[in-house]
Amino acid sequence: MTQHSRDLSRRRLLFGGAAVGAATLLTACTSNETPAASTQTKAAGNSEGNNAPGKKVVIGFSAPAADHGWMGAIHANAKAQAAAYSDVEFKEVDGGSNSEAQRSTLGTLIAQKPDIIVVLPHDGKEVNAVALQAMQAGIPIVNLDRAFPDALASRLVIKGDNYGMGVSAGHFIGKMLKDKGVANPVIGEIAGLEIPLTVERSEGFKAALATYGFKVTNRRSAEFTSDSGQREASQLLQALPKIDAVWNHDDDQGIGVLAAIKQANRSEFFMVGGAGSKLAIDAIKADNTVLKATVTYNPSMASSAVSLARLIAQGRGMGDLTELQVPKEVTLASETITKENASSYDKLGF
Amino acid sequence: MSDATPTPTATPERPQLPAQSPPVDPAETAVASDKAASAGKLSWWRGDGGDGAKRNLGLIGVLAALIVVGAVTKPDLYGDPNWVWNNVLAILQLASVVGVVTVGMTFVIIGGGIDLSVGAIVALAGVWCTTVATQSYGAGGMIFTALVVGICVGLVNGVLISYGRLVPFIATLAMLVAARGLAASISNKQTQVSSSTFINDIAARKVIGIPILVYILGAVVLAGWVVLNRTTFGRRTIAVGGNPEAARLAGINVRRHTMLLYALSGLCCGIAAIMLTSQATSAQAAMANLYELDAIAAAIIGGTLLSGGRGTIVGSLLGVIIFATITNLFAINGLSIEAQNMVKGGIIVAAVLIQQFKFKSVTRLLARNRVTTAT
Repeated sequence: MTQHSRDLSRRRLLFGGAAVGAATLLTACTSNETPAASTQTKAAGNSEGNNAPGKKVVIGFSAPAADHGWMGAIHANAKAQAAAYSDVEFKEVDGGSNSEAQRSTLGTLIAQKPDIIVVLPHDGKEVNAVALQAMQAGIPIVNLDRAFPDALASRLVIKGDNYGMGVSAGHFIGKMLKDKGVANPVIGEIAGLEIPLTVERSEGFKAALATYGFKVTNRRSAEFTSDSGQREASQLLQALPKIDAVWNHDDDQGIGVLAAIKQANRSEFFMVGGAGSKLAIDAIKADNTVLKATVTYNPSMASSAVSLARLIAQGRGMGDLTELQVPKEVTLASETITKENASSYDKLGF
Repeated sequence: MSDATPTPTATPERPQLPAQSPPVDPAETAVASDKAASAGKLSWWRGDGGDGAKRNLGLIGVLAALIVVGAVTKPDLYGDPNWVWNNVLAILQLASVVGVVTVGMTFVIIGGGIDLSVGAIVALAGVWCTTVATQSYGAGGMIFTALVVGICVGLVNGVLISYGRLVPFIATLAMLVAARGLAASISNKQTQVSSSTFINDIAARKVIGIPILVYILGAVVLAGWVVLNRTTFGRRTIAVGGNPEAARLAGINVRRHTMLLYALSGLCCGIAAIMLTSQATSAQAAMANLYELDAIAAAIIGGTLLSGGRGTIVGSLLGVIIFATITNLFAINGLSIEAQNMVKGGIIVAAVLIQQFKFKSVTRLLARNRVTTAT
């Protein structure tokens, strides 16, 4: 082959490769339909006139960039709930990938003077100052999930109950094992990324198990992703040749945990999940895996936050409460989803 | 360990140049390709092409020590031969995905570069191959997509570095951020569950009692070893990493070669993405977190010189297995991940310190060597 023709064939190969790559890219972009947004909202017209249109308000919203199913649902829920009200204008700003990015975009949002802002901070401590600044400028802040250390930095805190999640999981496992008459159970725990909320979950779990006289035998921490869940679960299974129960903190990571359990061919124990994803609820309903329950930490809190922000901005109270104003703090309960009640949680699965 | 003094060879050998390279001024190469030359001269002592047998023996010693620690701390588990065999397989499976990434990383580092984007490429390739669109083409389509995405992203890295003249650190750091961003947008920020039983079964299946993932790791390592030690491509990689200017003068198309090295790393990431997707039966933008650190650390522990020009595939494999064994050991003893990370950090520092001292003494020996043979 001459140099020329060799060049040509190489060029052809490159072009061919590029074309194939581009085609894959196109098909992936065009036919990967976004699944119909499944969001959790409260239907209008069932709570004492709170849903009746009122003064028009602008609600600002800032939450970390979604890198994970739960955070994705937070964004989708907030948006959908705002769209359900004719008197709400929703202004979402990019929360970025760290506190610094969030602080700067929050600054620009404050300058636009919305009526109220809902913030799910990367870290309550690091975003505290900006929230305080907004409150001083007369813009109330609804603090979603990760609390600011300063009480002056928010009008309302609405959050999930991490400690309560651990407690719910601990009670479910404790009761199941007591009923089965297991004396010295081997209990595994697959925690999430080691951040304060994970530590709270584990503490609640430990405390609830202690009321039955049980304790965690082996605790591994994954990273809230399915691949890390698989990795840690496979190691946990290796460490404990016989297990009675496992609590896995997060259902997204649970996809990998269940895969590891299947790959290891183990089924002598039962598992409790965390968060309440659609996949987990379906698996509990189908009852064909070791997953028997999951404890909720629901991103529906974003919908509730937007609803309450609207009421605060309009100066209205909550329909079912006697008070004229929205309370200062709301902590969701961590509910336990089992086979028996799974169908009623379908609408909250994310 | 006593430092074995290499017997002075009668005549200093020139670096083995590719057969088709044009004649070059020997004086220039002699001055410039110091490292490449020494690699050739000491190959009997170093074993397979770079570092080799002695260091690898040290690593195997570390591995043996770890196994002893395991046996002492958990005698009940280690007493059961069935469990021990299963645990060996569990460790190899744990090492398999990072191992494949590390083979690519070893090539890039030997070639004088660094690839910080490997974790992000694995995530992007994994997420892309599990999108609804590619899943509808079945397992073949998914595997094809993961490989193509891996190679393409690697090529982008390579083009930016070779032709755009970006520092590898910057180019791949940018890719680290960009690829994860793209992965997040493609996946709709959700965990993409793989519905392909073929893909999901790769990790679950065994052939003759050994998991398929371990075979894949073996095949990639073998291929990597052959390419590095028995082909022109491998020799060029060592030459380019040892001294790019000398390599260029020796007739190697350094830019194209560098670009190909990043594409090779991307290909390894694509393979790893399929393996990881199969293990987790899903993919998401945040997966393969910090794989770049694991791969770089394993390569360095395995004796790959961070400044390029030296390294072995077997060493890197041993590095990965040592890390997997540590993780396994900590899991089996129920110790926390924090303690595990501290130990890992310590091991990396110790390995680099040892490497520096060793390398210094070797270069000193070489310098002495050259003087004696020249006079």
